[in-house]
Amino acid sequence: MAELTKNATEREPILQVRNLVKHFPLTQGILFKKQVGAVKAVDGVSFDLYQGETLGIVGESGCGKSTVAKLLMNLERATAGEVFYKGQDISKLSGRALKAVRRNIQMVFQDPYTSLNPRMTVGDIIGEPYEIHPEVAPKGSRRQKVQELLDVVGLNPEYINRYPHQFSGGQRQRIGIARGLALQPEIIICDEPVSALDVSVQAQVINLMEKLQDEFNLSYLFIAHDLSIVRHISDRVGVMYLGKMAEIGTDAEIYEHPTHPYTQALLSAVPVPDPDAREGRERIILTGDVPSPANPPSGCRFRTRCWKAEEKCSVEEPLLAIPERFKGLQTLAAHESACHFAEEKAILAV
Amino acid sequence: MPRDNISKQDEGGGVTTSEILSVAETGGGSAVPLLEVDNLQVEFKTRDGVAKAVNGVSYSVSAGETLAVLGESGSGKSVTAQAIMGILDSPPGRVSGGEVRFHGKDILKMSDEERRKLRGNKMAMIFQDALSSLNPVYSVGDQLGEMFRVHRGASKKDAKLKAIELMDRVKIPAAKARVGDYPHQFSGGMRQRIMIAMALALEPDLIIADEPTTALDVTVQAQVMDLLAELQREMNMGLILITHDLGVVADVADKIAVMYAGRIVETAPVHEIYKRPSHPYTRGLLDSIPRLDQKGQELYAIKGLPPNLLRIPAGCAFSPRCPKAQDICRTEIPVLHPVTEQDGTELPGRGSACHFWKEQIHG
Amino acid sequence: MSELATSPAIGDENPVSSASAPAEPRPKQLSQWGEIRHRFVQNKLAVVGLFIIAALFLTAAFGEMLAPFDPAAQDLENTLASPNGTHWMGTDALGRDMFSRLIAGTRVAMFVGLASIFFAVLIGVALGAIAGYFAGFADTLVMRIADVFLAFPLMIGAVVIILVTGRGITPVIISLAIFSWATVSRLLRSSILSVREMDYVHAAKALGASGWRIVRTHILPNSMTAVLVYATFNVGTTIVGVAALSFLGAGVPVDVPEWGNMLAAGQGFIGVNDYLWVFPSLFVVVTVLGFAFVGDGLRDALDPKLR
Repeated sequence: MAELTKNATEREPILQVRNLVKHFPLTQGILFKKQVGAVKAVDGVSFDLYQGETLGIVGESGCGKSTVAKLLMNLERATAGEVFYKGQDISKLSGRALKAVRRNIQMVFQDPYTSLNPRMTVGDIIGEPYEIHPEVAPKGSRRQKVQELLDVVGLNPEYINRYPHQFSGGQRQRIGIARGLALQPEIIICDEPVSALDVSVQAQVINLMEKLQDEFNLSYLFIAHDLSIVRHISDRVGVMYLGKMAEIGTDAEIYEHPTHPYTQALLSAVPVPDPDAREGRERIILTGDVPSPANPPSGCRFRTRCWKAEEKCSVEEPLLAIPERFKGLQTLAAHESACHFAEEKAILAV
Repeated sequence: MPRDNISKQDEGGGVTTSEILSVAETGGGSAVPLLEVDNLQVEFKTRDGVAKAVNGVSYSVSAGETLAVLGESGSGKSVTAQAIMGILDSPPGRVSGGEVRFHGKDILKMSDEERRKLRGNKMAMIFQDALSSLNPVYSVGDQLGEMFRVHRGASKKDAKLKAIELMDRVKIPAAKARVGDYPHQFSGGMRQRIMIAMALALEPDLIIADEPTTALDVTVQAQVMDLLAELQREMNMGLILITHDLGVVADVADKIAVMYAGRIVETAPVHEIYKRPSHPYTRGLLDSIPRLDQKGQELYAIKGLPPNLLRIPAGCAFSPRCPKAQDICRTEIPVLHPVTEQDGTELPGRGSACHFWKEQIHG
Repeated sequence: MSELATSPAIGDENPVSSASAPAEPRPKQLSQWGEIRHRFVQNKLAVVGLFIIAALFLTAAFGEMLAPFDPAAQDLENTLASPNGTHWMGTDALGRDMFSRLIAGTRVAMFVGLASIFFAVLIGVALGAIAGYFAGFADTLVMRIADVFLAFPLMIGAVVIILVTGRGITPVIISLAIFSWATVSRLLRSSILSVREMDYVHAAKALGASGWRIVRTHILPNSMTAVLVYATFNVGTTIVGVAALSFLGAGVPVDVPEWGNMLAAGQGFIGVNDYLWVFPSLFVVVTVLGFAFVGDGLRDALDPKLR
């Protein structure tokens, strides 16, 4: 049944991101600053998010995945590009119009220790959305709403008057999720929501997020560096490298039929908690570090660490598209990949 | 059933972990292990009372061997390491019991001076955060070279040559050119390599690595872990790898000790623990991590929270979170039992601190 | 070892059990102020400091009732009397009762100290908040001005101002305030800069909160702690400043019973009538310590993470 509804709504993108760009200027000078360059944190990223699905975004630090989250939330202004929410470009909105859109797109933050104001009670934190959007809940009903939310995320509603420091990391993350749910948004952007938590608590929070998705038909953009968790929770996955999308597809396409060398290296590097599964795997150990986003390589950004790189890669930038060789084929390898020499390579023993 | 000699007192009797663990690696061949931790106890004085961070931990490591100590925050895995290294914050921390034998000698009884000579020279530590472990105002060459100048009395020039050699050894490209660079000029992975170089500088017998790759990206993590394992083999060092990541453990460890609330709850050679865990906590951990190679159903989640060390539950500390807990679990602290096959065949190196280990492993 | 320091873990992570666990005993609920008070009184020195400050306030308020003599009344028959049953702290060169003068000095010290800190904080918070919140050019401008004031030695600056305006209580307050606001600004600015990057501020923005709301409910409450603690500490320091200015002859007029003036008068009698400078110094030292103890206690008590 869940499958059916999913399919029915899946063709409806709720969020369309087109050529999103964010350059942070690098400046010099004490009193009068002049720009001497730019960190190209996000450099032309496009993707769609469908109703009720989870799109995972993976990548290493500095790939721009967290900046994408901030751009979608309008916490940073995009340098260029558009973000369409149900067909409306929200990337240039401000004031009242932006505030209205915010009701529908909310965020869960990474660090449960800095994402809650230490001087506010849990009730005030979860109730703040109602203070800002008073039309959602009349004053008298707010306390009850907050208690309902606490219950929904699995916390005792009696904790409403406590302060964040009285809770553990996992519980704080639940509070953050409750705050994100308060306005009944359609989309929740999750920026590394479990990476700061202990292993045994991670599973609790992941399960909670899945339960809430089913209950409220939420769309998640799930940003994380942990490929295992992203696979677990995502319907589709995008792999980012140095401000660009390297490859995007369904979870089976990306994890079982990766065609971009970076995805392949990333997958092969993940330690699997099973020494036997380990033995059958080929390991690709990349050399070197991620180049600086202030000065990315020409052509393909991955070429400096890629074992397949040729002359063409340094001249011509590969576009994110279904590779020629797989076009029209009924194979899971036929998904968008930004590589001149895209080819399948099974990394995980399936 | 050895259940009658289980008492509420702090694991006095029974088989110690180090006995169980040392059988595994040597097959009974070699003499004294490199490091033996025996019933170690560490306390922290806090405003609200005394927190028992380590509650009778025993393990051992031999030359050329890797022991992984696995646990969540607050399990006592790092505190144990700090106690071994002698870098415990004290006060408020205090070793309140037990022995740590290094080459057969109890180092807890040594003078501060003797222990300082041991550090860096014979045992070294690698930390999670390389940036804050390196001094930002000295070049990495100076910091690496200082090891030789202080401990070996090398001249400035020799020290610099040695530093370059070390940087080469940990595969830092263009070592000669970069020896004068400062820590912030290196990437995270390179800084961790420098930390490793520093730890290895004086060719210690024992390395303790506390979450050495946690702060790094996956692709860099693999590089650094490989390097560490390779150097360890080459130099035949003992390695204690402290981590929360079951994946990292699977890659490099020979044997594993799982810690919970200041105690070791399970020990095993690394291959076996994944297939047949003998403690419900280990089982729970394994089931609660999503798999990269399989798209699973709902994750198993261990309920509840790790205990507050000021108020460790009576009996088995895991019992409030354990799906299989019985009355006995809430009253009697389980000691580490040697784990055997159903027919009684010994499983070398395996131990479980669960009253119902038989059911867990065979049931 | 932060895990050790965390508060009693509350309830269960398990959704099912925590939602349906009304039987669980509820620990005593404390309001935020209750908790701060609780932490404050645990610091013994802070409580001592609080008593000192309370005593100073009472002395300042009810000085006339406490003083056995009129602080200005001269008794030329009885000059330079050592401490005795009538004059507990002796008399000065004009036969005025030292104890009564010190009590009267408390009022001057407290008034000038608190007033100048008040104005310093007022200017400092306004400018620091502008610098921290608006960043960019406003920040650069305010901070460079602050640098100028910080670079100027307080004593010399204050002396210059008072030489121009003439001695008096108001010039002292103004000159001390002018030369201490810069530190307040810097403190507030730097803590605003760090608070601004906290995720709870981002979260509020993501909810659509207005700039004013963010400043009022998120940024200021979390960045004022440092200023509050600094201000408390510095009431003591400022009182020393007042005394120092008077001692240098650039403070309040000589005829006002003020600790610095008394010290200045006593300096000619060092080694002869030591009580003339010992008692005023004692008042200054105890006052400074009182405010320092309270400041210290406040810092610990106001930090919500510290438990």
